[in-house]
Amino acid sequence: MSKVDLSVELAGVTMKNPVVVASGTFGFGREYGQFYHLSELGGICCKGLTLHRREGNPPPRIAETPMGILNSVGLQNPGVDAFIEQELPELRKHDLAVIANISGNTPEEYGIMCEKLSQAGVDMIEVNISCPNVKAGGLAYGTKPELAAEVTKVAKEHATVPVMVKLSPNVTDITEIARAVADAGADALSLINTLRGMRIDLNTRRPILKMNTGGLSGPAVLPVAVRMVWEVACAVDLPILGMGGVAKGEDAAQLMLAGASAVAVGTACFADPYAPIKVRDGLADIASQQRLDKVSDLTGGVRPW
Amino acid sequence: MPIEQLCTITEMTPLNNSTYWMTLEVGKLVAEQGLRAGQFLHVACGEGLLLRRPISVAYALDDEPENTAALIFEVKGEGTRWLAQRKVGDQVSVLGPLGNGFTVEEKGRYLLVGGGIGVPPLLGYAEAYHQNAVAVLGFRSAERVILADRFRDCCKEIFLCTDDGSAGRHGFVDAQVRDILAQDRDFTAVLACGPKPMLKNVAKTAAEFGVPCQVSMEERMACGVGACLGCAIQMADGTMKHVCKDGPVFAAEEVDWNV
Repeated sequence: MSKVDLSVELAGVTMKNPVVVASGTFGFGREYGQFYHLSELGGICCKGLTLHRREGNPPPRIAETPMGILNSVGLQNPGVDAFIEQELPELRKHDLAVIANISGNTPEEYGIMCEKLSQAGVDMIEVNISCPNVKAGGLAYGTKPELAAEVTKVAKEHATVPVMVKLSPNVTDITEIARAVADAGADALSLINTLRGMRIDLNTRRPILKMNTGGLSGPAVLPVAVRMVWEVACAVDLPILGMGGVAKGEDAAQLMLAGASAVAVGTACFADPYAPIKVRDGLADIASQQRLDKVSDLTGGVRPW
Repeated sequence: MPIEQLCTITEMTPLNNSTYWMTLEVGKLVAEQGLRAGQFLHVACGEGLLLRRPISVAYALDDEPENTAALIFEVKGEGTRWLAQRKVGDQVSVLGPLGNGFTVEEKGRYLLVGGGIGVPPLLGYAEAYHQNAVAVLGFRSAERVILADRFRDCCKEIFLCTDDGSAGRHGFVDAQVRDILAQDRDFTAVLACGPKPMLKNVAKTAAEFGVPCQVSMEERMACGVGACLGCAIQMADGTMKHVCKDGPVFAAEEVDWNV
């Protein structure tokens, strides 16, 4: 098989391969860094940060579902300053794109975090307007176009690195939010975040999650992700980081054909820490079998009926 | 450092109608990775299930060429049912060693307190501290009792309790623990594993008698390595710790028992 060029570009950030790990599934890289060199990855979307430390939601936070899991972790994180002091220098020892993921209670908080993280030297900022586990802010920004646009605008004003906005699938029309965010100046989009779901214990009649509902991820959501990436790619002219249920090369290839420039692997890591590397190698094999010179030739290649 | 490894099953024996003793050939996990009792292995259970199942290590041996670990698990759902159907010679994928195990000193004198499927993680400690350890083992009923003979063989004394009185003392383990400590509180620590209400009562009793207590806890878990922050336990100081990375064993006084 011929050697395929795996490098891709996402909003001006070059990555040596298109496989990123998804925010909230990979911490700040320390845990899975015990299994392999983080430089194997194209990039890392770090665990979601807030301005101040958060302890997150009470347990249980995890419920397994058919080919998926529900989580209600609730943005447990050490805060943006602790990330910059303790985690970023470690990550910087490796050759991969470092993408900080941020959530704010107000547009101002997004602005402050964008400034701090830009100065600290992250490669990109992923603006989370769609975490379903936080009462204040979070989902509200992701489901209303004008609020999504406002947060994007503030982030862009305060960031000196590319801003990627992470979209929620929990909306009637994701292209409406995508357009609003694009018009407000976003450099890239990432999608999809988790889908809201619920699981109930028949004996206790209690929801498994203490928060009652949570965000669904894993292979179960892949077709939703492919559809939404395709819709958004048709609607706006921005690079897309596609994610949702990617566990193997074929999954990633589908998201790229639908319009993604790069893909994130998340929940798959929980079963197999090596999943991102297998996805990368699987993508390379597919590109090679399809006689492509570079994997980026897959992007947007879908031939819809 | 944890690794992922395929392990061959060398023994699969039912201990009662839903609990199985599975011995795995774990290769270098004991000698090189330091696998020991009280830690856990994260076991992949079948193709159709996404998450691995965390199973405590009852004991781990590095006697060449054996290198075995015993995992004792209860069938609670699809994953553990799949696991129970494996045969000797089959292979399973494990991640490990994970978690910390109990903190013990060589010449310590320990009161081991286990409830139900919380009994097995204490077995390695019973055998290591034989002649010196006292064990209190609680089960729902006589037919649920497991490992009592193994503990009897190695402990100085064992006390059996059942919720319905069908074997041993009628009642919960904490009442027995209270009686023991009232007579003799000269233990290095109480080491306890079982359901959270039991741990709460044992921790309270140990604290009353001024005996240090370590508890091995359970929570719904995804990654097993500390990345997803799923298996949170609320601490008395308001922070969260994680069963997979900070535990499963915690100092009892660290834990917030009122949630």
